[in-house]
Amino acid sequence: MIRPKRLGMTLAHRAAILLYIAFALFPLYWLVKVSVTPNDLLYSEGVKMWPSRATLDHFAFVLEHSDFPLFFRNSMIVSVSTAFIVTLLSSIGGYALSRFTFRGKFWIVGLMLLTQMFPLVMLIAPIFKMLSPLGLTNSLSGLVLVYVAFNVPFATFLMQSFFDGIPKDLEEAAMIDGATRFMAFRQIILPLTLPGMAATLGFVFTAAWSELLFALMLISGVDASTFPVGLLSFVSKFSVDFGQMMAAGVLALIPACIFFLLIQRYLVQGLTAGAVKG
Amino acid sequence: MTEAVSAPYGRDRRPFLRRLANASEPYLYSAPALILIVTVMLVPLVIGISYAFRDMTLLDPFSGGFIGLDHFRAIAKDKTFWLALKNTVYWTGYSVGLQFAFGLILALLLDKPFYGRGLAQALCFLPWAVPSFLSGLNWAWMFNPVVGPIPHWLYGMGLMSAPDNILSDPDLAMWGPIIANVWWGIPFFAITLLAALQSIPRDLYEAAAIDGATPFQRFRSITLPFLAPTIAITVMLRTIWIANFADLIVVMTNGGPADKTQIVASYIFTQAFRRLDFGYASAIALVLLMLLMIYSLLIVFLRQTLLKER
Repeated sequence: MIRPKRLGMTLAHRAAILLYIAFALFPLYWLVKVSVTPNDLLYSEGVKMWPSRATLDHFAFVLEHSDFPLFFRNSMIVSVSTAFIVTLLSSIGGYALSRFTFRGKFWIVGLMLLTQMFPLVMLIAPIFKMLSPLGLTNSLSGLVLVYVAFNVPFATFLMQSFFDGIPKDLEEAAMIDGATRFMAFRQIILPLTLPGMAATLGFVFTAAWSELLFALMLISGVDASTFPVGLLSFVSKFSVDFGQMMAAGVLALIPACIFFLLIQRYLVQGLTAGAVKG
Repeated sequence: MTEAVSAPYGRDRRPFLRRLANASEPYLYSAPALILIVTVMLVPLVIGISYAFRDMTLLDPFSGGFIGLDHFRAIAKDKTFWLALKNTVYWTGYSVGLQFAFGLILALLLDKPFYGRGLAQALCFLPWAVPSFLSGLNWAWMFNPVVGPIPHWLYGMGLMSAPDNILSDPDLAMWGPIIANVWWGIPFFAITLLAALQSIPRDLYEAAAIDGATPFQRFRSITLPFLAPTIAITVMLRTIWIANFADLIVVMTNGGPADKTQIVASYIFTQAFRRLDFGYASAIALVLLMLLMIYSLLIVFLRQTLLKER
């Protein structure tokens, strides 16, 4: 039997959830809506919830006649390489922090915490000055190098919390049976941390995909522009064509959302592990 | 603790090389990450601090000399800097406050089991996956009366005298980036707080309910004390992070109109990126770093005193 008061609470709860979902999704819905509105209806039906005619012309134009496919490719290269390199480095680094007690560990953790505290904008000028003589400005590898370094500290802490959740007995048993630690790590521990690695991979991919300020500073040519840089220069150059800009925006949104939906469950688990400890 | 470190060396009969390999293992594992952090973050940080005391303009071959505290004297007289500092407090305070309040409500809503919770959770957290530059652009478009609905709604409700772009209204412009930031950042607080909520033992609530505690009493005496440590640490970290977060401002208003939305972080970026004045940019960054450190120390100190009083 459900008491009326309880039913009222339940209804209020569901309504609040729906309200928040509407708030969360509306801007994204609007982005999609404008991107499929034909130009001649853009102003006359500006505030309507859905245009009377929908078209994919803006997408076709952006894909065929603009530099966005190039920006998309550049961003993909940068984000995927960053994500894989960071996951690799943070897995072994996080394993070391989780399983060993060694001299200097305190300072290493302190150093990594420090990198999370200071304003990254502070590094824009010196990094530009350092990378420029090495030929790493205006290059995708320079961007990957910078992004990997920025994301490694947090990813290492994240991976450490995943390793902490795996009992030590597993690899100790394997080592008694004659495996080296590295073999035990690779064959027993790594497969168990795959969800954690997926979360790290997704997290870093999204971070690299979104990064704007360093990309703006380090990249000046069209050839090496990432998506944010391309979209922003598009905005300042042709501020009139909203349909095309929003179509490009939707394209930028797709990879980030796919990654997010795949990993969000692991991400909540991962942060749970981190939060419980912290 | 591993055998390599814990085993007393005197009785260890394994060959020397093997022992050396074992002892160096943790260093080998953490070395790649560490080397990168030092070369790409720590070295530039030190160089950046040195720039603050030098006349450093890109493209100017005669720059680079030490000028002592000149930049800091200029900052003290720089009206835009003081305005930006005021705006930073405003921007950070409202963003963190609103993100936290709504994040807590969302976490409490999602903590109850209900049908379709997994899907609801994924949808609620989706804004977090939207790249920051895109959420900035998207909200800038929403505020634009040409393609966005918000000015028309506000006009329809009688809150605005004409459907204008609030991003170009000097008095209201700051609310544009703040709203975009709140929308984008609620999931972060919700995720962390939800994680903390789920670690509270359920039997505590049951026991309290049996003793006749009202839901509000349960929230105050069980939930809040359990959440307090998480709240303290996330609010502190998030405050620092948001004070440094220039993306939304750079994308949405570029500091305008008339520097009304310029925060210190976006001002640093403008100095480095547009004026190529690396020295001045680094000096402002150093001031920001100092202020944030004072803030963190204050919070830590406050926490210690509060803990002692308990």
